[in-house]
Amino acid sequence: METKTDRFMQSIPEIIRTIPLTHYILLSSALFAIGVLGVLTRRNALIVFMAIELMLNAVNLLLAAFSSYFSDPAGQIFVFFIMAVAAAEVAVGLAIIVMIYRNIQTIDIGLLNKLRN
Amino acid sequence: MSSILFIPLLPLIGFLINGLSFPKLSNPVAGIIGTIPPLAAFALSLQLFLQFDGNTQIVPLLDWISVGELSIPIAFQIDQLSLLMLLIITGVGTLIHVYSSAYMSHDEGFGKFFAFLNLFVFFMLLLVMGSGFVTLFIGWEGVGLCSYLLIGFWNKKNSYGDAARKAFIMNRIGDLGFLIGIFLLFQEFGTATYQEVFEAIKAGNGSNLGLIAFCLFIGAMGKSAQIPLFTWLPDAMAGPTPVSALIHAATMVTAGIYMVIRANVLFEMSPEVLHFVGWIGLATALLGAAIGLFQNDIKKVLAYSTVSQLGYMFMGLGASAYTASFFHVMTHAFFKALLFLGAGSVIHAMSDEQDIRKMGGLKSQLPITYITFLLGTIAIAGIPPFAGFFSKDEILAHLYHHDIVMWALAIVGSALTSFYMFRVFIVTFHGDFRGTQHQADHLHESPIAMTLPLIVLAVLSVIGGIINLPAFVGGNEFLAHWLNPILPEGSHEALEVHFASLEFLAPLAAAFIPAIFAIQLYGSKKAVPAADAEISGIQKIIYDKFYIDEAYNFLFVKPIQFLSQFFYSFIDFLIIDLLVESTGKFVKSSSNELRKLQSGNIGFYIFMMVAAIAIILAWTLKSWIF
Amino acid sequence: MYLLFILLFPLLLGSFLLIAKPAKAFGLALGGSIIELIISCILLCDANTGKLPTEFISNWIPEAGLKFALFVDGINGILILLTALLVPFIIGSTAGSEKANDAKYQGLILTMQAALMGAFLAKDAFLFYFFFEASLLPIYFIINLYGSENRTKISFKFFVYTLFGSLFLLIGLIYVYLRTPGNTPSADFETLYQTASVLSTKEQSLLFLAFFIAFAIKMPMFPFHTWQPDTYTVAPSQGTMLLSGIMLKMGTYGVIRMIVPMFPAGIANWGNWVIILSVIGVLYGSIIAIQQKDMKRLLAYSSFAHVGLMSAGMLTLSNEGIQGALYQMLSHGINIVGLFFIVEVIERRTQSRDLDQLGGITSASKVLSIGFIILSLGSVALPLTNGFVGEFLLLKSVFDYQLTIGIIAGITIILGAVYTLRMIQKSMFGNASKFSINFEDLTISEKLVIIPLCILVVLGGIFPTVVLNYSQPAVDLLSKWIK
Repeated sequence: METKTDRFMQSIPEIIRTIPLTHYILLSSALFAIGVLGVLTRRNALIVFMAIELMLNAVNLLLAAFSSYFSDPAGQIFVFFIMAVAAAEVAVGLAIIVMIYRNIQTIDIGLLNKLRN
Repeated sequence: MSSILFIPLLPLIGFLINGLSFPKLSNPVAGIIGTIPPLAAFALSLQLFLQFDGNTQIVPLLDWISVGELSIPIAFQIDQLSLLMLLIITGVGTLIHVYSSAYMSHDEGFGKFFAFLNLFVFFMLLLVMGSGFVTLFIGWEGVGLCSYLLIGFWNKKNSYGDAARKAFIMNRIGDLGFLIGIFLLFQEFGTATYQEVFEAIKAGNGSNLGLIAFCLFIGAMGKSAQIPLFTWLPDAMAGPTPVSALIHAATMVTAGIYMVIRANVLFEMSPEVLHFVGWIGLATALLGAAIGLFQNDIKKVLAYSTVSQLGYMFMGLGASAYTASFFHVMTHAFFKALLFLGAGSVIHAMSDEQDIRKMGGLKSQLPITYITFLLGTIAIAGIPPFAGFFSKDEILAHLYHHDIVMWALAIVGSALTSFYMFRVFIVTFHGDFRGTQHQADHLHESPIAMTLPLIVLAVLSVIGGIINLPAFVGGNEFLAHWLNPILPEGSHEALEVHFASLEFLAPLAAAFIPAIFAIQLYGSKKAVPAADAEISGIQKIIYDKFYIDEAYNFLFVKPIQFLSQFFYSFIDFLIIDLLVESTGKFVKSSSNELRKLQSGNIGFYIFMMVAAIAIILAWTLKSWIF
Repeated sequence: MYLLFILLFPLLLGSFLLIAKPAKAFGLALGGSIIELIISCILLCDANTGKLPTEFISNWIPEAGLKFALFVDGINGILILLTALLVPFIIGSTAGSEKANDAKYQGLILTMQAALMGAFLAKDAFLFYFFFEASLLPIYFIINLYGSENRTKISFKFFVYTLFGSLFLLIGLIYVYLRTPGNTPSADFETLYQTASVLSTKEQSLLFLAFFIAFAIKMPMFPFHTWQPDTYTVAPSQGTMLLSGIMLKMGTYGVIRMIVPMFPAGIANWGNWVIILSVIGVLYGSIIAIQQKDMKRLLAYSSFAHVGLMSAGMLTLSNEGIQGALYQMLSHGINIVGLFFIVEVIERRTQSRDLDQLGGITSASKVLSIGFIILSLGSVALPLTNGFVGEFLLLKSVFDYQLTIGIIAGITIILGAVYTLRMIQKSMFGNASKFSINFEDLTISEKLVIIPLCILVVLGGIFPTVVLNYSQPAVDLLSKWIK
């Protein structure tokens, strides 16, 4: 039997579709661009990390939007995978950052140039 | 048949024995081993000559080079011309070998010397016996090699080595011309053997004959020391005197004349080349005689005299007087070998002094040398009835009918010859002795081994004219008849000369008057040629050989040396190698620059990544955007 | 099996020397190279009379149609003879020096021989390429380990330069190989020759350049020669002998074997220019040689000049040109190895190769000076020496090709005399310098190297037909492909 919640859930795609696709594209492009700029410009490893998350989420948003527009669940499944991977990545990444901090008392990526030469 | 092969083979064997066993053999043994081959070859040649039946004999020896359609055999040709050359080479060669056995007896390189002499005889025989231009060329280059080895025989002295190199290189310049001539022959006729080529020419085949003749003549210019390739011959006097006599007077230098006579069929077809030959000969004859006037080195005088006499021979060839030229080759071989050997005898007696200003009055100490040298001088001056008179006169007679201007100039040259020869003779043998006391104490007549060849050659110089005595003085013109079959028709026709004509008297005057003048000047007045420092004016220019060597040095040697340095240090190092090296340097430096991108800065890496993504994106979408 | 033997024997012996490092390396290497020479001679004689199968074919990379195919014909027979003949002399030339029993050194020489043999024996173009490249390794180590001053840089330059050229060869080869007729591509020379009819003129022109640049660098030809003088100077004498005596012939052999029959249209297009370039190289090398002081460098430039003439002659495509080039390869190899050996002998005694510091050696050693003169005469192409035959045929072919070029090329016989006689005079004649004053006469082993080489010079000048007739049928066959 259909509950109210179910109906609501079923209507989500329609709700999503009320906003034109271009808006999603623009929004996620903007988010992605902010993320890129954040990665490029900030030196604090944590903020860089957040900026990466932002880019991931921009993509997620777009995937969800397209998924709704084309009634294709694959896109949303991808989103779930991405979220899972992102979570794992955050776990590993944060651990690395903590280790770095413990070693050199800073998380400024400008100083991390061990790859040079 | 087999004896023909032995003629060149014997000297080769002599060379091998002496060359391989040097310096183990004692001098007399080496001398005997060295002298027997030319003597035996002379005997064999004489036998061939006497048995010769008038038919050309071809003896194939070896199929030398054969590639596709090109086939070059080595074969010997025995005919009238080569037989006479054989006799001259082996005959004069034997005498000079005998002479050398005494002349070189104190030299530590005695065996080596005989080995080289034998090698020379071998190559010279190959040259004259060859049945084609290629075989001739083998001998041609081979005698050049021997000439090089013998001029530089005393190799401790660098200037001798320079002279030897000069001789070889100048000969090589001529040889290149000769080689090109051979290539042209192959192009035209597909062969270079005399018989086939000449038959083709007689049949009217072949174009370019003038060019071929010209190229071959360039070879002759080198070998026979004609302008502009004559400067090596005077320098070649650095070699031991017997070498000068054998190679640079009697045999090798006449190879050019031999070649032209041999190829008379070809040269007759290109009158303009013959004309050129004549004028080159004339110019050389005059130049050589002029330089000879004031030289004070006894061998240098003889060397320039040789240059000049060779010029006469070419003049004769230019006038198609083949017989006369060959006649002169023969008589010249006698009297010039005699003069050189006489000079050698003098030098030997004077303890290696060659400057005539330091001699004088030698006639009492060296009577045999004195007399033979006098006979040689008379012969070369062209005073009758000596051999030189007949041969030179015959050339002049032909010139008279050929080109009166050439004739007149040739008379001038003849007068010069007479003057400088008597000058040398008088200054050397008459007057007072001007050498050091040491030299005076050691003055002695040469041993029999040296005087015997002098006497034989003197006799030949005196009576050599018989061989082609013209009919109008009662001769039978043996040489003309003998050579008739191989010469163009009509070229041997007897020239009637009247005793009272200008044609007859002018050469006589040219022989006698300068001789008397020279005797007066240096004999009666006892004038001695001036010391080097006192020579001035035109005499200095002549004494310094018209600065031709210096001019060549400036025109050819220096530019090539400069070019060599320029190519090596500028083009090779600064242009080509720099290009190569800079390719490498470019790779290295650009890798050095690109390496800097690997900065280790994560931010930079990410930036590059983003930028690259952006570029790729833009590239993919470019059609969409625009 | 002889074919396989002469390829593998030096390889195995060389590897044995390299790995096991036996004490008596000299005897082993010399003996081995002499066995190799004997077997090669048997092979060549039998191949000539048709007794033996002159091919050995087995699979190499069957998927790509590449075969491990060896063969002998008149053309490569001469080069096999050259390689087999010279290596004993090269090994023999170490006698008396500290390198004689250096197993590594001898091993490298033998492996080098194997690689060279392989390149000459190969019937498959890729196999040729394989050995063409493989030969770089031993010679690189010979120079780099045993060379004199500055060897690292110079051996590296040599290596990279030649490798650079070979890459063009590889590219060109792959292209031609893919265009061979038939279902599966093949790199057999015979098959490659057939592509000439398939390839357009434009393709042939490009391919000609690609192939030629590789061989031009190897030979080397003007203006790709700048690696050569340095390398020859720096390499130990045996290395120089290998390089100049045999290895550069891989370049000329490549031209005859591959370029000439494969790209007739390419040659029609570029041949004239290449001939002109070769002739420029001939004069250029000769003129530079005139002023050189270092004997090795002088010989390097003279060798460069000789090779220029070979390449000019070959590309005239005439019978004489190709035969002359083949003959000249043989005689140049003999002469140059002898001359470099003489330089080595002089250097051993005087520690100098500088012409200004030498002189007067002839009075100290008769055999040395006679040998030097005979070998030099071979090099200046005096008739009755081996050099004349080759040079005569080459000059004739160039002359027939075009008169002016022929005359200009002919100047080399004058310039050759100039620099060679200068070298003789400055080293052998004159007064002994302080370097050469105590010059010792040759040892027996040195004489045993020089004397046979001199005999070969003379024999080669008197009986060239033996060799010329041997290669004639193969050259005729080649001429058919050209047409």
